[in-house]
Amino acid sequence: MSGSDDITRADVCVVEIAECFRGDGEIVANPIGTIPMIGGRLARASFEPDLLVTDGEAALIANDEAFVWPNGKVMEYYNPYRSMFDVVWSGKRHVIMGASQMDVYGNQNLASIGDDYFKPKAQLLGFRGAPGNTVNHATSYWVPNHSPKVFVEKVDVITGVGWDSAAKAGPAATKYFYLKRVVTNLCTFDWETPDRRMRLRTVHPGVTVDDVVAATGFELIVPDVVPESRLPTPEEMELVREVIDPKALRLLEVPS
Amino acid sequence: MTTDKQLTEDDVVSQLSDGMTVAIGGWGSRRKPMSLVRAIVRSDLKDLTIVSYGGADVGLLCAAGKVKRVIYAFVSLDSIPLDPHFRVARQQGVIEDEPYDEGLFLLSLQAAAWRIPFLPTRVGLGSDLLRLNPKLRTITSPFDDGEELVAAPAMTIDATLCHLSRADQRGNATFLNADLYFDDLMLRAAPANRFISVEKVVPTEALLEEAGTPLRLRVNRSMVDGVVARPGAAHFTECPPDYARDEPFQKEYAASARTPEGWAAFKSEWLDISEDDYQRKVAAR
Repeated sequence: MSGSDDITRADVCVVEIAECFRGDGEIVANPIGTIPMIGGRLARASFEPDLLVTDGEAALIANDEAFVWPNGKVMEYYNPYRSMFDVVWSGKRHVIMGASQMDVYGNQNLASIGDDYFKPKAQLLGFRGAPGNTVNHATSYWVPNHSPKVFVEKVDVITGVGWDSAAKAGPAATKYFYLKRVVTNLCTFDWETPDRRMRLRTVHPGVTVDDVVAATGFELIVPDVVPESRLPTPEEMELVREVIDPKALRLLEVPS
Repeated sequence: MTTDKQLTEDDVVSQLSDGMTVAIGGWGSRRKPMSLVRAIVRSDLKDLTIVSYGGADVGLLCAAGKVKRVIYAFVSLDSIPLDPHFRVARQQGVIEDEPYDEGLFLLSLQAAAWRIPFLPTRVGLGSDLLRLNPKLRTITSPFDDGEELVAAPAMTIDATLCHLSRADQRGNATFLNADLYFDDLMLRAAPANRFISVEKVVPTEALLEEAGTPLRLRVNRSMVDGVVARPGAAHFTECPPDYARDEPFQKEYAASARTPEGWAAFKSEWLDISEDDYQRKVAAR
């Protein structure tokens, strides 16, 4: 098999996403986006075998393939949208969402850009399920285009709840609240700090701490030593290349 | 002697009036009652409030100037994440915006269907929903936990439009795709004016066989005031297994949001014509 020199940035991102689910056990891993879907399946196919995953429609399926199922789907559960809310509100879920804007406490904006919400400069997706997701179960984020436009001092609209906003809203908001990580095309962040400000956890191979700081529009917590994100193992690479994502769709989301 | 509730799209529109709040079933660009939406576009109706897991229904009605207010959590065409006609309407500030979370939306429909004023939830706490949607309030649990939760208010709905796969002439109906979405809640949430379009009307005796399982018989005739039989009614949204989404058509629809001239051309070609002509032209493409 191939050595580590043909491992791409996209492959590193896949592994960092998979690592978000480590320790989650028997819950629905619900990663939204191409690389998140690959990463979620990699976690289940390797170190987190009890995870449940969706087919992107109305089923939870046992297949390792992320996008096409040439031999059919192996269904575990009928999961129409109404059942998905049962999953969300019972807490048996870890979602990975995107973010058009995010601040240092992890407040996320998916809805619109501009000072006047009722006449926005740019309409985005809307609130989607972000408010409910963030106060009911674990949430991580995937940002394939790390830039100061995404990581901002202040988000225009809070759709997904951040650490400070949850604390302000009180015990009912913090009871099941857990923001775990942000994986970007440059690095991985977490909130493992005393005041829950975002911390640089690892940088992807080939990226410097200065690169990340320059691409982030707020002041990060940067530890004295920032490790590199780990490389995929040969077994993980084989799973990703041969089974989970044989058409290499991950390279379309994070080009090399 | 049983009641035959069959009528036409134009009959349905004649029972709606300006300023009504209309719930529209389906989800994104999936199983939307588009022939009824097109009939509204052809009509003189105006100032509607639309309640929807939004897709081409919302975009089309916004572009046609029928909408005063949208109550929504998203307006997506699925293969295109945001309906560009809705984007234009929002950025011009010409529609009122009442934002929701997808799940909060379900609770407000459920509260209406159960005829209670609200349902309690954590959803919305800490987010800007409570700032931007003044209808949302908080409530303190009357039990020992004393938690402060969000009260999802019952929606007030004047009319509901859904597209199902099969029905009998009395309004018992079934979906054949993977998900009912929230069509049953929307039909129960309106006290009157509940209309469905279907691909095909069949005898009651044939309904179970068409559905394949009793688990799909989720709309009964007490929830339905009128049935429109119209093969292709959901076009260009998907209605499997009868048809997939018409992606090339959806792309043309989306592209028509780029300029006023583009929209005028799309409207003249596809909306200023009868539904019969629309279906004939689609078949001839």
